[in-house]
Amino acid sequence: MPTRTISPFASTSPSPSLDAINEKKDQSRRPSFSKNKFTSLFGGSSPKARSEAAALREALIAQQQALLDSPSPQQINSATLSLPTINLTTATGEKMPSEAKTIFQPPSPEEAKRTARAHAQFGPLGSSSHRYTSQFDGEFGDPIEDEPPYYFLITTYISYLILIVFGHVRDFFGKRFRRRHYSHLKERDGYAPLNNDFDNFYTRRLKMRINDCFSRPTTGVPGRFITLLDRKSNDGNKTFTFTGTQTETLNMSSYNYLGFAQSDGPCADAAEVAIKKYGLSLASPRSDAGTSDLTVEVENLVADFVGKPAAMVFSMGFVTNATAFPTLVGKGCLMISDELNHSSIRFGARLSGSMIAMFKHNDMRDLEKRLRDAISQGQPRTHRPWKKILVAVEGLYSMEGTMCNLPALVELKKKYKFNLFVDEAHSVGALGPRGRGVCDYFNIDPKEVDILMGTLTKSFGANGGYLAADKSIIDKLRTQNAAMLFAESPAPPVLMQIASSLRVITGDLCPGQGEERLQRLAFNSRYLRLGLKRLGFIVYGHDDSPIVPVIIYNTAKLPAFSHEMLKRKISVVVVGYPATPLVSSRARFCLSAAHTKDDLDRMLEACDEIGDVLQLKFSSGVAGGALPEELQPTDKESLRQQNGKPAPPRWQLEHVLKRGVDDVKVLLR
Amino acid sequence: MDLNEAQDTLVRLLNDASARFHQLPGSAIALRYIKSSYQNDPVRSAIELFLFLFAVRYMMASSYSTAKNKQVKLSEQIDELVEDWTPEPLVAPPTQIEEMENEKRPVIVGPTGPKSKLSNGRTVTNLASYNFYNFVANETLKEKAIQTLREYGVGPCGPPGFYGTQDVHIKTEADVAAHLGTPACIIYAQAFSTISSVIPSFSKRGDIIVADKAVNYSVRKGMQISRSTVRWYEHNDMEDLEKVLKKVLKENQGRGLTRRFIITEGLFENVGDVVNLPKLIELKLKYKFRLILDETWSYGVLGRTGRGVTEAQNVDAREVDMIIGSLSGPLCAAGGFCAGTEEVVEHQRIGSASYTYSAALPALLSTTASETIAMLQDQPEILSGLRENIKAMRGQLDPRSDWVKCTSVPDNPILILVLKPEVVKSKNLSAQDQGQLFQDVVDECISNGVLITRLKSMPPGVGVAPRDQGWQPVPALKVCVTSGLTRKETEKAGTVIRHAITKIVSRRK
Ligand SMILES: Cc1ncc(COP(=O)(O)O)c(C=O)c1O
Repeated sequence: MPTRTISPFASTSPSPSLDAINEKKDQSRRPSFSKNKFTSLFGGSSPKARSEAAALREALIAQQQALLDSPSPQQINSATLSLPTINLTTATGEKMPSEAKTIFQPPSPEEAKRTARAHAQFGPLGSSSHRYTSQFDGEFGDPIEDEPPYYFLITTYISYLILIVFGHVRDFFGKRFRRRHYSHLKERDGYAPLNNDFDNFYTRRLKMRINDCFSRPTTGVPGRFITLLDRKSNDGNKTFTFTGTQTETLNMSSYNYLGFAQSDGPCADAAEVAIKKYGLSLASPRSDAGTSDLTVEVENLVADFVGKPAAMVFSMGFVTNATAFPTLVGKGCLMISDELNHSSIRFGARLSGSMIAMFKHNDMRDLEKRLRDAISQGQPRTHRPWKKILVAVEGLYSMEGTMCNLPALVELKKKYKFNLFVDEAHSVGALGPRGRGVCDYFNIDPKEVDILMGTLTKSFGANGGYLAADKSIIDKLRTQNAAMLFAESPAPPVLMQIASSLRVITGDLCPGQGEERLQRLAFNSRYLRLGLKRLGFIVYGHDDSPIVPVIIYNTAKLPAFSHEMLKRKISVVVVGYPATPLVSSRARFCLSAAHTKDDLDRMLEACDEIGDVLQLKFSSGVAGGALPEELQPTDKESLRQQNGKPAPPRWQLEHVLKRGVDDVKVLLR
Repeated sequence: MDLNEAQDTLVRLLNDASARFHQLPGSAIALRYIKSSYQNDPVRSAIELFLFLFAVRYMMASSYSTAKNKQVKLSEQIDELVEDWTPEPLVAPPTQIEEMENEKRPVIVGPTGPKSKLSNGRTVTNLASYNFYNFVANETLKEKAIQTLREYGVGPCGPPGFYGTQDVHIKTEADVAAHLGTPACIIYAQAFSTISSVIPSFSKRGDIIVADKAVNYSVRKGMQISRSTVRWYEHNDMEDLEKVLKKVLKENQGRGLTRRFIITEGLFENVGDVVNLPKLIELKLKYKFRLILDETWSYGVLGRTGRGVTEAQNVDAREVDMIIGSLSGPLCAAGGFCAGTEEVVEHQRIGSASYTYSAALPALLSTTASETIAMLQDQPEILSGLRENIKAMRGQLDPRSDWVKCTSVPDNPILILVLKPEVVKSKNLSAQDQGQLFQDVVDECISNGVLITRLKSMPPGVGVAPRDQGWQPVPALKVCVTSGLTRKETEKAGTVIRHAITKIVSRRK
């Protein structure tokens, strides 16, 4: 069981100043969210005049620019509310008959409201030190996966067992005594039940209990904060009714890595222009009449961005994968896929008709073994050599927070001559000093990877997916890809969101902003991860990854964790079996450039409290989190030889917060 | 603590056992391995061992375990083999046709619409988009979309299960369900992939699917993913369907009851004709099959208010188990939907891959769909206006052309034009020839200022011989009528198309 040190500071709940800031922000933000958007949107009320908005937006951009250099904008913001107008006349004291030249005007309440709203979507940078460059350095070790005391593993299994036994008992009696409620599980006048019994059992008896933690409906922008529509259930989560109220929560759940989920700012402005100019749809598949100049432009931008000669875009990331493989591999080909690859890759692989093999997650030795087997054995039965071998991996795994070992993959590729497909759904934009994904992060020439796939759903705040490769490959795909022939083409506003967010990242639009976003994301990722490790949580994944899974183990703690977080107005994603292995149920936090350090401190505070209540702090220290100076011999080997594991890190929250900013920049071990 | 005691006992026991174990040859190596891998934690090892055994059992049980005959090869030999192995290039070199296709693919500059500007500078009459009602140019829709944009941004940045469900999606789902008259509805982020994902979420290995031979690519792929047993019936032939159903029942007599589905389309993408829904319902009820109806091409098109085949043929939508449709074509928004009972819909929320594992539909496209559905319901004259134009276009083509005939039903705004059988016969045209002819027709039309397109079919996959491809659509021209043109303009475009066909086809010997 985790040991808990008694803290001298424990009596006071930490950082009152932090609360005060949050409080203030809450108040100033509220007015903009109080009215019911639903009615305003659909009730046919006349559209608001948007002309003033443009001016304000410009002011906002200017302000954000100013924030880059200002050490503490929070104070400036709150201070501005009470500042007097300064005119040139008042400044000089001279009597000027002409109109006064205003050099400073305190923001009108309207403007303040807008600023608050913008900050709810994208928080202002607190300090120039809250930045970091996401870049690989050192040696790519396997991430160390810490394990809890086996007490927790046993109880996890037992809790599943109990849930399953209870479920079956309830089913047993239910099917006999409450037939009406169970009729859909049984043969019904000659029809087999629609749902598979196992899936169905799992859903009814396990997932249903915690259903309120999933599919929480939201409204508004999924930015730094996300507004949930409150709902309640009176029948054990079978159905929900809306209470009519809304809760604004800190958003630790959306894949909004670079904070482009915004309804104001350069991207939204561009999207608006696109709607006006192009309309909402191209109303045709790409190969018929669904290719517009905008599509071509976006394809070129994407190709340049990821460093490939050509690219094509699709209206859905899932389908990008699902339709990519049938044109590349087929009968007589072998696909070797990481066991944790996304459902869409499996979907595509199955459609391709090629043989499919799996290797252990990120295990390059296993992959090599499989390659050697495959090449030496050839195709099953005939033993003819394989026509081609395609290895498919993800850049950043969305449930694990791990990155693929690209350097090793490229080495293997040279030796074994396979083709490499990297799905950069989560890594593009989120990794690398220039945000260009894993190749950028590892400083590897994109040429080394045959096909770079990615989605535009995540970092860019848009929708859809892309494939980037050599021109000959893309040209082939354009004629043979099912999504190109039959699927709807991406919508103009979505395309424009992609184009403008790409331009912001590269610095063509609002220079400096893209860099800020990238560096804030990198800082935030490391900051939260380090903090959680120091508090004693078991966190999976690599240090620079913006996906931070905290392992909870006991399934019963999943809903508790989610509810406790919601009580503190933080929305998190919790996942259990079957999305994860049976034991390692987890909560997953997705960082964003839109988060401020204060947000993360709030998050750490919440985790600290909840971690104590739910007994989640069971890291052993092997995965890091100790004081840097405490850890002179940094390599694993010497740690192990001390015949003891390193001291389990159980920092006090205050210390974590105090040391965090500086320590983020050193090696996180 | 009891736990500790138990642990001690266990450790003692294990120590005893290990002492014996040490006497076995080779045990030291195994032990060292286990020790080092679990940091001398025997109980943990025991748990792992248990799990391992479970895993082994599980793998042995799987029906498709591939027992390979492992010929042991020396490492050097393998290295040699690796050295020798030369894979094929990732894609084959481009064929001439493909190169031409890439070159000729039209690129529209600026907005799409009844008159579109192409990248070569010409403005053409656009009869290639599914912009049937010209909603693309509708200013009110744009206004509303901009309003949504300013509330929600563009992307929802997450799958529906993880905070990607927005109130606008809930509203669109309710709107579609209300329009169709079904209890519930679920919306997907893309129409094309909707049915490919719906089918495998219900129909699994061992289940039976009876499908029309002419169903579109997405349906086929859905069936392939599901790994169910698939039986085909002749296109739109209800007698053949009944025969197949009977046969399936007979074959499965005595075996356990499995799920059985009939899958067909409302308006067929590849043929343009319409299903006989009342008869289908009758058969489905009689033989106790469930019906999955792909209304991608009929929703928003058929019926007085665009509810699709159910409205056009007076069938209660609740009689159909699952209706799949598109919000992207005629409705000019994006996304697809599946409507049915609560049970059907709720199951998909966790069981359908392209819903669960893909980001939700952008809010502004969702509200656009809601708006266009409302427009169709409130202003049925939108639909009747289009039908006038369809009639005008058909008047120019179907009985009047000596070379082609239209296989679409009269209400279908997509006119599928195939060569008349006698033309094919007298000129001895292969499918490829016909495709080529039609490509020439398309080019001719574009040079005369009318943009139309060919019916596209999926090229055979890698390593698949053309004869193993199964049913293939007959090469055809595709003319999409729009109410954004006047009757006169439509007729004029129709004349251009007819003349182009005559010119190209008559020239061919
Ligand atoms: C690795 C990976 N590939 C593809 C996708 C699908 O992308 P989209 O959400 O754009 O359909 C996802 C999304 O969750 C993903 O994680």
